[in-house]
Amino acid sequence: MKSFDYYYEDMTIGRKIDIGTYEVSKEEIIHFASQFDPAPFHLDEEIGKASMLGGLSASGWHVCSMAMRMLCDSYLLRAASEGSPGMEECKWMAPVLAGDTLSGHLIVESARLSASRPNLGLVNFRCNLFNQNGKQVMTYTNLGMMRLRQAA
Amino acid sequence: MSEQLAQSNDNPDNLPHSMIPGWKVEIGSHTFTSEEIITFAKAYDPQPFHVDAEAAKNSLFGGLCASGWHTASIWMRKQRDFVKETMSERAAQGLPIPEFGPSPGFDNLKWLRPVFAGDTVTYANEILTCRTSKSKPGWYVMTARQSGKNQHGKPVISFESMVLLKYPA
Repeated sequence: MKSFDYYYEDMTIGRKIDIGTYEVSKEEIIHFASQFDPAPFHLDEEIGKASMLGGLSASGWHVCSMAMRMLCDSYLLRAASEGSPGMEECKWMAPVLAGDTLSGHLIVESARLSASRPNLGLVNFRCNLFNQNGKQVMTYTNLGMMRLRQAA
Repeated sequence: MSEQLAQSNDNPDNLPHSMIPGWKVEIGSHTFTSEEIITFAKAYDPQPFHVDAEAAKNSLFGGLCASGWHTASIWMRKQRDFVKETMSERAAQGLPIPEFGPSPGFDNLKWLRPVFAGDTVTYANEILTCRTSKSKPGWYVMTARQSGKNQHGKPVISFESMVLLKYPA
C-alpha cells in the first residue's frame, strides 16, 4: 500500500500549509472561459477593461480550479485524500486578472472522524488566495475526506 | 419560454419572471466523457480518481469521476448558454433584457454523488432572492439554488449562486 505524507491525523487544527504560486496567463483565462464561462468580460480584453472588473478577468470557477491545482501540487497529491463532499462558502473578493501571480495557504479550522466510515476523517479547512500585490482575491472553506494513518 | 413581465405589488419594477423568487427551470444537460474528465483533471485536479480509471476503482468513489470543479464549471457553461438563448428570445419580443455582471461568490456547495464517466447531468436553476444592490446603484443582487442530477434522477451537485445584474440594462 502506498504511503502518504499527509493523513487525517496530520491535519491538526490551526495547521497552515502554503500552497505555492500560480501564474495566470491571458491565454489560459480565455481558454477556460471559452469552454466554461463565455461571458464577454472573460473573453475580450477591451470589454473586460470597460467592465466593473477593470481588465481581462478569470472566471470565478477558473479561480477555484487554479486553487485546486495549487492544493494538489502543494500537498493533496501526497495526501490520503478521498475527495470532498462540498463547501460552505466561497467569496470571489477581487478580480483575478491576466498577468497576476496567485499565492495562498490553507488553514485547518476543524476536523472530526466520520460517523459512518471507521477509517475516514473529515477536515474542514479555509483556503485564502492573494494576488502579487497582497490583495486577497478569494476565500473559501472546504471539507476534505482523508483516510486515517492508523488505518494505513 | 413565456417571459411576460410580472404584474403584482410584490414586483414594483416589473422584473422578468426569471428574476422572481420561486421561478424554476431546467437549463440543460451534459454527458461527461472519460476523455474530458481526464483532460480537465490533468489541468486542475490531477488526483488519481479523476485521471486514472484503474486507480479510481480502489478509491472511495469506485470509478473514474469528474472533478467537482469540472461539474460546477459545466453548470456555468449551461447557465451562460441558457441565459443567452432566453435573452435573445426576450429581445425578439421587444422586451428589455438584463445585463449580467460578475458574481461575488456562492454558498453551500455540495457534491452529493460522483459524476462518473458516461453520466449525463441535467442542471436546474431556482431563483431564491432578488434585491437591489446597496453598493452598486442600478444593479440587483440575485441568489438562486443551482442543482444537477444524473441520468438516474439522483442529485450530484447543489449550491446557492449569487450574481449581479442590471435591469433594464
